[in-house]
Amino acid sequence: MFDLSFNTTQQSTLFDTTDRWDLLIIGGGPAGLNAALYAQRKGLKVGLIAKDIGGQLHNTTDVDNYLGFQRLEGKTLSNQFLNHVKALDVPIKSDVFVTQITPQKALFSLQLSNGKTLFSKTIIIATGSKPRKLNIPGEETFSNRGVSYCTTCDAPFFKDKHVIVSGGGNSAAEAVLDLSYWAKHITVVHRSRWRADKLLLDKISNLPNVTIHLETQIINVDGDEMMRGVHVLDKNTQSTRFIHAEGLFIEIGTIPMSDLVTGFVQLNANHEIVVDAMQMSSIPGLFAAGDVSHQPFKQIIIAAAEGAKAALAVTQYINQKTKESY
Amino acid sequence: MAKLFNDDVRTQITEILAQTKNPIQLVLFTKEGVCPTCQETQQLLEEVCETNEKLTLSVKSIETDKALADTYGVTMTPSFVILDSKGVYKGVKFNGIPAGHEINSLISALLEMSGLTIHYQEQVLNRINSIEKPINIKVFVTLSCPHCAGAVQNAHRLAMLNPNIEAEMIEAQTFQELSTKHNVSGVPKIVINDQHELVGNQPIEAFLEKIERI
Ligand SMILES: Cc1cc2nc3c(=O)[nH]c(=O)nc-3n(C[C@H](O)[C@H](O)[C@H](O)COP(=O)(O)OP(=O)(O)OC[C@H]3O[C@@H](n4cnc5c(N)ncnc54)[C@H](O)[C@@H]3O)c2cc1C
Repeated sequence: MFDLSFNTTQQSTLFDTTDRWDLLIIGGGPAGLNAALYAQRKGLKVGLIAKDIGGQLHNTTDVDNYLGFQRLEGKTLSNQFLNHVKALDVPIKSDVFVTQITPQKALFSLQLSNGKTLFSKTIIIATGSKPRKLNIPGEETFSNRGVSYCTTCDAPFFKDKHVIVSGGGNSAAEAVLDLSYWAKHITVVHRSRWRADKLLLDKISNLPNVTIHLETQIINVDGDEMMRGVHVLDKNTQSTRFIHAEGLFIEIGTIPMSDLVTGFVQLNANHEIVVDAMQMSSIPGLFAAGDVSHQPFKQIIIAAAEGAKAALAVTQYINQKTKESY
Repeated sequence: MAKLFNDDVRTQITEILAQTKNPIQLVLFTKEGVCPTCQETQQLLEEVCETNEKLTLSVKSIETDKALADTYGVTMTPSFVILDSKGVYKGVKFNGIPAGHEINSLISALLEMSGLTIHYQEQVLNRINSIEKPINIKVFVTLSCPHCAGAVQNAHRLAMLNPNIEAEMIEAQTFQELSTKHNVSGVPKIVINDQHELVGNQPIEAFLEKIERI
């Protein structure tokens, strides 16, 4: 009933006394938190900067696939991660964000939203990803007037209403399950086939109030004051029609938050940061982990593992550099 | 009656609220008869105040204490305001129970009202200080919304920093009529002076841009 995520940034941390670090980690999701844990244990002078702690875990109702935990709420997992990191006294600066990274000679400088500048020998970017938009007419206009990207936040507004879920992956399937407690009817509209886990699809097939249209594309969102429905194209018959609905939950995957390094770090076509086997980007000393890296599967356990790898690689990198006399 | 806070939550809240600086007062307005979440809100605030002696709660009736309710602009129940150490109303109001993620908004408002420094850049503080029009900020939330507390905190800080600004959290499910009136179907939704809208957890600069254009 209480989701305490209050950060005790009021307590003083190393952030108050130093502006020169071995490693600064950007991002408080699974990748960033695990990187912090590993780096602190190695004895690096490490700090973590995050807009919020938990990242996308907060938008996740239940996590069913993190080894060792059978069915856990996303926020519970996030709190456990944070408690573990806090137990090691990792300095955390939350509620601020990094606005710019500038590679300098043997250092990186980081500009923060509170006006401060910090310097670090190495950086791990673990900024994750944000919801992808459909980019169709009406989506923006009816955003928060029916169109939503956060099922946990907005499901209660659709009690006894008809809603559409757009998408075919795990997050779309989870949205259907979450909404089934509230909505009168749910229509899934997806432009290709399901990609979600069979386990989730089995659960959906047991729900009495779900209709599924695959190979169907949403063309626009229509309405007046509030959204009234969507026009869709049936790809098999090439016919279009209107589906009346009060809500549209868009769950079509995510786009990486790589803006901070766009222009000076190699990105792939999806704007993900290209990393090597040591999680290092095209710029020596700049590492990336989690959803923002170019690894193909966006999962908590993979993000956490990449965070650990990156922290260990940073340790090696710094040791090597020190030998070469920094 | 069963406690709302389990031991774990109570311990954590006690630890955080240990930073409370000056004594402050909460004034809660409830109503006899039908008042969904009135009783729970009262119990929640009582349990919060039990964790720290600098926090006191006074419970009023919106009917019999109408004059007082009017001075704080309280029109719905449950609704509460947090007064500063001198007993002054600075425009920090909660409508509905601050449970779920909103417990974070409550804690933050208590600590900052008690005198903990609000960390904004100087230029942001200057912009806040120069607002001279009366501004009312409504932040609609659901208790399961992880981004909403951030928006509520920013709004409340604006109120604490400038006497012309009042900021209220509105728990959308308890106050459905008001939510429907403002077409709320996604949260956080921020409504300024009942007509200018902001959607999502916006940085403080976005609040200021909107307010400065009014
Ligand atoms: C609805 C939903 C359900 C999901 N369900 C599951 C599931 O059941 N199982 C599973 O394994 N995975 C699930 N996922 C995927 C999983 O949540 C992600 O793969 C994982 O959270 C990625 O972790 P991350 O640390 O890379 O990034 P994120 O979790 O996205 O965290 C990024 C962090 O970076 C911070 N940040 C971003 N930019 C800045 C900046 N400029 N300055 C400072 N901080 C910044 C953010 O505030 C945040 O703290 C789900 C995702 C969604 C959206």
